[in-house]
Amino acid sequence: MELQEFITNFANQFEETDSSVFTKNTVFKNLDEWSSLLALSIIAMVDEEYGVALKGDDIRSANTIEDLYNIIKSKK
Amino acid sequence: MYNPFSLENKTILVTGASSGIGRAIAIESSKMGASVIITGRNEERLKETHARMEGNKPDYIVADLSNSDDVQNLSENITSLNGLVNCAGLTKVLPFPFAERKDFEEVMKVNFFAPTELSRLLVKSKKLQKSASIVFISSVSGVYCSAVAGSIYSSSKGAINGLAKAMALDLAPKGIRVNCVNPGMIDTHIFSEGKITQEQLKEDMKRYPLKRYGKPEEVAYAVIYLLSDAAEWITGSNLLIDGGYTLL
Repeated sequence: MELQEFITNFANQFEETDSSVFTKNTVFKNLDEWSSLLALSIIAMVDEEYGVALKGDDIRSANTIEDLYNIIKSKK
Repeated sequence: MYNPFSLENKTILVTGASSGIGRAIAIESSKMGASVIITGRNEERLKETHARMEGNKPDYIVADLSNSDDVQNLSENITSLNGLVNCAGLTKVLPFPFAERKDFEEVMKVNFFAPTELSRLLVKSKKLQKSASIVFISSVSGVYCSAVAGSIYSSSKGAINGLAKAMALDLAPKGIRVNCVNPGMIDTHIFSEGKITQEQLKEDMKRYPLKRYGKPEEVAYAVIYLLSDAAEWITGSNLLIDGGYTLL
């Protein structure tokens, strides 16, 4: 599992936010498009791509995309 | 004492009685005088429900309704019923693009196929007595509204609602009534897997005009009504229990 690939997968869940916006330092909950549906889409994507079952609280405790990446890595 | 809602002299089977709404239905129905046969997957929790029931308490039956042999065995273990409450159910929260056939199948097995087959077997073997009452625990979801990432759950509950109406017609000649109750969010552990946070649930609660989620007992009271002789002219209906949620 690679950070860059994770950022791409993360960005792919969004419809309106340009993919150039997404870096490891992006504070994703501040994005205009962020929503409860997107949170659930990220959880579902992580389950499908990485076989890790995230909880809503994992999303809550992560600020940046890299934070979330590290949480997933620690659960793998 | 005058009480048209009494369940005295009625034997009722409640599925999903090891927790949540099913447990409340079992306990409250027993308090209303019914002899309640409870079934569920988890023996420890079934025992706890059993201990909290009152009056005449038949043995509980451990069964996993996702397994069709268990459904068959359960129906064979029953001798005679005046009421059946199909309560066992689960949810799977997935945005539609991630909701695969296997996910639908997992939920439909318990929420739709198990209650359908159990009801059919009990009707066909004439174990449901004349003027028996079948109650399905449906939902607001899939009937009146839905929820984000709720396609799987909504489909299963929508299917139950359609089924109940057709069953009500086909079973009317036998005097068997078939109805649904449609709760909004009830305070149970249905979201215990944690995809939805406590904070999100608290936020969601504010969308209810009555400003809280329902209690399992509040669904049980509606079910008691539909099981009782007070509801003898009611079949094919939906009873909405949602704190006003679907008004908005």
